[in-house]
Amino acid sequence: MIPGIGNLTQDTLWCFSQVKGTIDIGVTEADIISTVEFNHTGELLATGDKGGRVVIFQREQESKNQLHRRGEYNVYSTFQSHEPEFDYLKSLEIEEKINKIRWLPQQNAAYFLLSTNDKTVKLWKVSERDKRPEGYNLKDEDGRLRDPATITTLRVPVLRPMDLMVEATPRRVFANAHTYHINSISVNSDYETYMSADDLRINLWNFEITNQSFNIVDIKPANMEELTEVITAAEFHPLHCNTFVYSSSKGTIRLCDMRASALCDRHTKFFEEPEDPSNRSFFSEIISSISDVKFSHSGRYIMTRDYLTVKVWDLNMENRPIETYQVHDYLRSKLCSLYENDCIFDKFECVWNGSDSVIMTGSYNNFFRMFDRNTKRDVTLEASRENSKPRAILKPRKVCVGGKRRKDEISVDSLDFSKKILHTAWHPSENIIAVAATNNLYIFQDKVN
Amino acid sequence: MLCKGVKRKREEEEEEELTSQDWWLEEATPSPSSEEGAGPAPLPPSSLFNLSIFKLHHGLRRGEPDLRHLVLVVNTLRRIQSSMALEPSAPEPPCPAPADPFPVVPDTPLCTSVSALLDDLSHIEGLSDTQTAFPEDAPLSRPPDPGLDPGRPAPLGSLELLLEDGLEGLFDDIDTSMYDCELWPNLKTDSGETEDKIQGPGLDVSELDYLMDVIVGTQTL
Repeated sequence: MIPGIGNLTQDTLWCFSQVKGTIDIGVTEADIISTVEFNHTGELLATGDKGGRVVIFQREQESKNQLHRRGEYNVYSTFQSHEPEFDYLKSLEIEEKINKIRWLPQQNAAYFLLSTNDKTVKLWKVSERDKRPEGYNLKDEDGRLRDPATITTLRVPVLRPMDLMVEATPRRVFANAHTYHINSISVNSDYETYMSADDLRINLWNFEITNQSFNIVDIKPANMEELTEVITAAEFHPLHCNTFVYSSSKGTIRLCDMRASALCDRHTKFFEEPEDPSNRSFFSEIISSISDVKFSHSGRYIMTRDYLTVKVWDLNMENRPIETYQVHDYLRSKLCSLYENDCIFDKFECVWNGSDSVIMTGSYNNFFRMFDRNTKRDVTLEASRENSKPRAILKPRKVCVGGKRRKDEISVDSLDFSKKILHTAWHPSENIIAVAATNNLYIFQDKVN
Repeated sequence: MLCKGVKRKREEEEEEELTSQDWWLEEATPSPSSEEGAGPAPLPPSSLFNLSIFKLHHGLRRGEPDLRHLVLVVNTLRRIQSSMALEPSAPEPPCPAPADPFPVVPDTPLCTSVSALLDDLSHIEGLSDTQTAFPEDAPLSRPPDPGLDPGRPAPLGSLELLLEDGLEGLFDDIDTSMYDCELWPNLKTDSGETEDKIQGPGLDVSELDYLMDVIVGTQTL
């Protein structure tokens, strides 16, 4: 079977691989995972949490003796990326929660990633050290400085092996450029620039320059009383370094070309689906608000997630999506209650698999959904400790929307809305997925035949 | 269908508001309904309006409001308000009502909600001290937004947009006849009153200005 490609329900059986995190009943707020991201090779998997920490897992080398078992992910590095801050001018606390992590392509032995909270983006270098120099001339073995007058001979320091140490150092801090909360960062395909987007503005940065950025989108109205729409997500095209998209709280997507003008307030393309009059309600706008937008790896499609659906758009067709997938349409009749308890404002992410043939997104009750774009089949799986035996095959779940409930189905009213899968990630080339369930990270793999 | 209402005492209102507050602030998120197969009792638009006002109020009380949440709630409020302004004589269907997208509600909860919101402003701590200078972009380069100068008449902000005819008519007279069981053919639509006047006998409009300062001030962060 070609990795990353497969008929979803016939060939791909998903198995439990690992779970990271505590099994305590009480959840510490700081441990809640807020972002998950594989690097470009899939060797590393990074998570960020509400406590401002980043944990990087590394896939171990596959053992020749255990061909049936794919490499597991083990902790590689842990560091505190952001600390809580206090904005003295506004008397406001700035949360340390990591909103997004994005990896840079690897160009040397070190790994680089961007992490951001609401206000500040940081570039981290994660590097290994397994040797250390010994035999300094000016320092003795304990590190104390030697009196130069006592040095009578010179020697060349030699490198000696040491225990592997992984260190993370902040190489750049991009601060003071966002008045509003940063919701997205995206590395450009030129690998020299990246963008950061907040509720009303998008800024373009050069990795080498931290004291200024270019503002490329500004939707802040002159009179804030006229504010009716905010930016919810943004991403660069994977191949064209001049193109990016951003989504809005009104369910629209704008594609912009930076060659057209310095300030990309005028879009090149505008994607919006007309509202279905039969589904119109007070909550129409809220549920149309796009929570995530992702280019396909090919760059030909974009995928958007709103509250109830995932949509795939062809860049060449603006007036409607080419595919719409219902994530949990049984919630449509519950919108009042979901508005009351604020669940209607939850921001779910969505991801493509490596070949752009399958898309995945999360739901409630620790359910997550996969849609095969070719076969049009879909499956609901659950991230649960109960299914956490090694290589246990995940059983598809089903939500009963009415009538007689079958034995293994769960009724809509029994769903746990506090267990939400907001963040997921898919390995760039293999059928390995990472699913964040509150403070636990589940890793699932397809069954290797 | 309207029924005869009883004007609740102020203490009861506060108690109910506090209870509601606690429930909405709870971490555990209950499922919408315990009845299998049946949806929860849908909220009438007036209750939705009250709920939205509460969310707006609660969102503004946070240190730094979530702008997306705020905008979505305000836009929802606008939708509800515009539907409430239509067809004053039509009965009140449950929500959501796709067949009748513009259900009608009486004006009573509108007054009650906004009044309750203004009353609650006295409990907002420290906002007046913090909403003074909001440098934007380069933090130290721009002067504070002049709209926040308390000496200047504050724009009405979002609430004005919610109530097409302005707020002055709302506070002119809290008509207790609203609690009688009859449709209001003489609905106060504030005709002839301009948006600029915010007068109300016995009403402290400075509190209203303060609310507007808070809303506009928050939005100019």
